[in-house]
Amino acid sequence: MSALKFFLKERLTQRVDCSALMPDALRGKTGEEIQHIALPMGNTTVPVGDIFRVSGGDSECITFSGETNKLDRIGAQMSGGEIVIDGDGGDYLGVGMKGGSLRIVGSAGIFAACEMRGGALHIAGDCGDFLGGALPGNRRGMFGGTVIVRGNLAARGGDQMRRGVILVTGNVGDYLGSRMSGGTIVAMGEVGAFAGYAMKRGSLLLNYRPQELMPTFNDCGVHPFGFLSLLMPLIRRHGAPFDAMNYSSHRAQRWMGDVANIGRGEILIPA
Amino acid sequence: MQHLLAYHSAMIINGTYIDDTFAEAFGMKATRILITAHNLKWAYHSAISLTGFATSVIACGCEAGIERRLDASETPDGRPGASVLLFAVSTKELAKQLERRVGQCVLTSPTSACFAGIHDGEKLPLGKNLRYFGDGFQIAKLIDGKRYWRVPVMDGEFLCEETTGMVKAVGGGNFLILATDQAAALAASEAAIEAMRKVRNVIMPFPGGVVRSGSKVGSKYKALPASTNDAFCPTIRGITKSELTPEIGAVLEIVIDGLTEADVRDAMIVGIRAACALGAAKGVKRISAGNYGGKLGPFHFHLHKILKAKS
Repeated sequence: MSALKFFLKERLTQRVDCSALMPDALRGKTGEEIQHIALPMGNTTVPVGDIFRVSGGDSECITFSGETNKLDRIGAQMSGGEIVIDGDGGDYLGVGMKGGSLRIVGSAGIFAACEMRGGALHIAGDCGDFLGGALPGNRRGMFGGTVIVRGNLAARGGDQMRRGVILVTGNVGDYLGSRMSGGTIVAMGEVGAFAGYAMKRGSLLLNYRPQELMPTFNDCGVHPFGFLSLLMPLIRRHGAPFDAMNYSSHRAQRWMGDVANIGRGEILIPA
Repeated sequence: MQHLLAYHSAMIINGTYIDDTFAEAFGMKATRILITAHNLKWAYHSAISLTGFATSVIACGCEAGIERRLDASETPDGRPGASVLLFAVSTKELAKQLERRVGQCVLTSPTSACFAGIHDGEKLPLGKNLRYFGDGFQIAKLIDGKRYWRVPVMDGEFLCEETTGMVKAVGGGNFLILATDQAAALAASEAAIEAMRKVRNVIMPFPGGVVRSGSKVGSKYKALPASTNDAFCPTIRGITKSELTPEIGAVLEIVIDGLTEADVRDAMIVGIRAACALGAAKGVKRISAGNYGGKLGPFHFHLHKILKAKS
């Protein structure tokens, strides 16, 4: 059985909530039933068949294509299977995701991987603000899983993140790891201002020292860290450019902060 | 007369008589931990310390030993180390001994790290409680589904996996080497231990792997649960119901704890064969085993049976 494909018939004028189109929700449904699923669009709903040309039947492997940048909440709460967005994705991609794989061939909007619990999110392009954060008003961000951004990451990446790993190949915006209370963020490119703002716990593994470190991050010196010997092989497994991140003898320069908060977060840079 | 009958029906390997008897072993709880360090020397300092005073559950709380050396390629953090097995009579006691010993002998040892060596079964706290030594500066890290604790210490960080697995195991497998004198018994024991160290999943918890004070259940003194195994003591041969014939001048015992019945059996076979390789010509006259009539332990290792099965 070939992958279940949703091809947008025309460019959307309003944003569409596609959280209903995921493996867990479509499992066992016939093509006819899928065509009639009502998707929230603006202040109304629209049947799937009205905006998508649907083909294929394997609900464990779903593809979205066309002008997909207004499709929001794809892969929200998904716990298994695979979804591919063959283009740019909308906002809230993979929000609350528990398992499976969500792959975006283009870029992602804001709040991707918000409150994610497990699984893998691959973004081939850039990603908007609040990647791996908490939904507005909530206090807990990403809680597990792995996110890889092959482009640049905008501001507030990993805001209130609690667990899991975010890997970014490109540059990162301001406030990386803000209010973070656990987990690991790896950034290979340049890092913006206020990295680790109000950070409680967690690790920022940066390839370069940020141009401006907050005064509430204190220098703890260069030391060997045993946990890097466990962590780095997993990071390098994702290939270039992560395989170039070299903590010689697992030594790193460490800053701890944000001491304006409880100060148990860390920024590590290869020594 | 049972001992004499056993002696006369023995099988013979290289001139050494194998008694028609069996070793009786018991169910225990066991875990394995991996200790790594900057180099093998320091990993062994830690492992030797941890497995010290752990010869018998009678008074040590647990039986522990170094299972084998670990090359850097075999350890989670890519440093050389040692694999250690610990055995106790209950889950509670094993957890207590593990925590105390890791806390005092691994956490304290320069450059050390400690990892789970068994990932199945019930979980025992490893770094789970030791982390509190960090006084709030400790950091948890979840890596590849496993939780580790990073506890700041004076030489850097002590890295310790949160838990290790516990399995049901077998303790008290044994055999006795009966030789013409101490030197012959010791040489045979050393040969046996050297061969047995190559067997996985087992430890020989006594000093150097060998015990001279084999015991029997009970004593004339009411307070003592066990006392010397007078039937195998050569210096009182004439005044007790001895198992020893006149040519036997010294007896040494090798006790084996293993993760499974098969592991203990395999170690016994390897050890007995190594002792017998020296043979009667080198003073190794008999091989026997310790049991309690088969009434106390569920695992019985009949010497003839296991040696024939693997011959």
